[in-house]
Amino acid sequence: MKSKSPPANNISERTYRTKNYIIASGYISDLPVAATNYYYIPEFMTPSRSWQSFLEETGVLLRFTGRFFSQCFRPRYEIAEFLRQCFIIGYRSLPLIGLTAFIMGLVLTMQLRPSLIDYGVESQLPAMVGIAIVREIGPVIVALIFAGKIGSSIGAELGSMKVTEQIDAMEVSGTNPFKYLVVTRVLASTVMLPVLVMLGDAISLYGSFLGVNIRGTTSFDLFWNQVLGNLSFGDVIPAFVKSFFFGFAVGLIGCYRGYYSTKGTEGVGRSANSAVVISSVLIFLIDLVAVQITDILGLN
Amino acid sequence: MLQTINNTRNSPLPDEDNEIIAVEHLYKSFGSNKVLIDFSMLLHKEENIVVLGKSGSGKSVLIKCIIGLVKPDSGTIRVLGQNIPELSMEELDKIRVRIGFLFQSNALYDSMSVRQNLEFPLRRHSIRLRQDEVDTLVMNALEDVGLQHTIDMMPAELSGGMRKRIALARTLILKPDIILYDEPTTGLDPITAKEIIELMIRIQKKYRSASIIISHDMNCVKMASDKVLMLIEGKCYALGTMEELQRSADPKVKKFFE
Repeated sequence: MKSKSPPANNISERTYRTKNYIIASGYISDLPVAATNYYYIPEFMTPSRSWQSFLEETGVLLRFTGRFFSQCFRPRYEIAEFLRQCFIIGYRSLPLIGLTAFIMGLVLTMQLRPSLIDYGVESQLPAMVGIAIVREIGPVIVALIFAGKIGSSIGAELGSMKVTEQIDAMEVSGTNPFKYLVVTRVLASTVMLPVLVMLGDAISLYGSFLGVNIRGTTSFDLFWNQVLGNLSFGDVIPAFVKSFFFGFAVGLIGCYRGYYSTKGTEGVGRSANSAVVISSVLIFLIDLVAVQITDILGLN
Repeated sequence: MLQTINNTRNSPLPDEDNEIIAVEHLYKSFGSNKVLIDFSMLLHKEENIVVLGKSGSGKSVLIKCIIGLVKPDSGTIRVLGQNIPELSMEELDKIRVRIGFLFQSNALYDSMSVRQNLEFPLRRHSIRLRQDEVDTLVMNALEDVGLQHTIDMMPAELSGGMRKRIALARTLILKPDIILYDEPTTGLDPITAKEIIELMIRIQKKYRSASIIISHDMNCVKMASDKVLMLIEGKCYALGTMEELQRSADPKVKKFFE
């Protein structure tokens, strides 16, 4: 709502200090002569401090993302560091991801069996578990575990490097720290998460096979025939593609929180914590968008 | 005799050819906090200047401006004849080969061994060296600080004094013309601090380098300084030898030596 003359009543000094417009959360009066154009915004429409800081944070994150893409394709390429990060992020995460994926497949199968028996479709258990794991549960659970392990470790590592001046030391040693630390980690996360999701899916299905055989007898060949026979490219490809985005989000948020870590050791803890929280939320948001896109493309 | 009081020393010294750092009319602020206000100083070949000032007076900002880690708002910083704020990243990297920087927190890379920490600047700057040359330089730098046996240890396995020595060895590995020390004795016990200062002096004589030392440690000022610069209210408030400053009647200067 725009007004040319000020309504009577109160306004804080802080509010009318801006030159050409005013955002006020109450009533306006005693405006300076210079302030000819102003906007009166009712209190319920006034952006709160936390909302403003959220928008500012989003802006900084977008700039950080833009910087990543601009640095990503320019030499010098940090191939050795990228491979080292692939080893740390991918290979060293495998035991944890493998264990959780195995338990997930086993438990899911044991939980589903009673319901399927009630409907008289127990024979469909491998197919159902297979679709559930490959399409949704596998990528999302693996990505969440990945966010917990890798997101926090990147956030804490870069955060502590920042507060102990290691990032500055890199810069004076002729190294672009953004490229060496951020680009390599984000790329390694993006590449390694889909690999971990594929391996996690396979281990999870093996867990499911054992789950099926706890209370019944199904041969290994029959189980896999049922699983693979009921999967289509429409199940596998979208899940595979979205796991790249999950990996990118985890790597980027971990690096972003760590790289801009402040307030000493307390800030390091906060960076690690917020890296996990934000990337977990982003994983669900990306999943939501991915489902909509898959639906539009008719892959469901 | 005191050369500078109240930021009057902005004109170049007679031996201009020997100057390797010339800071002129430097301004730097962070938001509304003005840290450096019309700051000027000169550093000559093989000269040691200790910068004294209160915490938060902008001492670390000054040396970070000199090495190009912090961009000043205005002013010139000529290092070895080149104006740092105007240099591109590539040009800055070339000049940084000739400047060593010892960080207050040592800034040793936790994920790398001592050997890898020392090799890092050799491999990252655009210097082409064979592996045997790299090994020799690493061993020489460790010999300088007397810690050859730590070559395969991780920084977490070293004591505070040893970490400082390794950081110093990493600073020296490129045989710099200028060394910038950011509070080299902070957090060390008096005996280790004295050892570090003696090491700094010995190394400076060996490599004939010039240095700017940020310190609060009066022992360090006494042992290592050719001149002492007092950074007060963002300006080069006073410059002279320690004895000259100790004799000063200026209350702000006197306060530091009481």
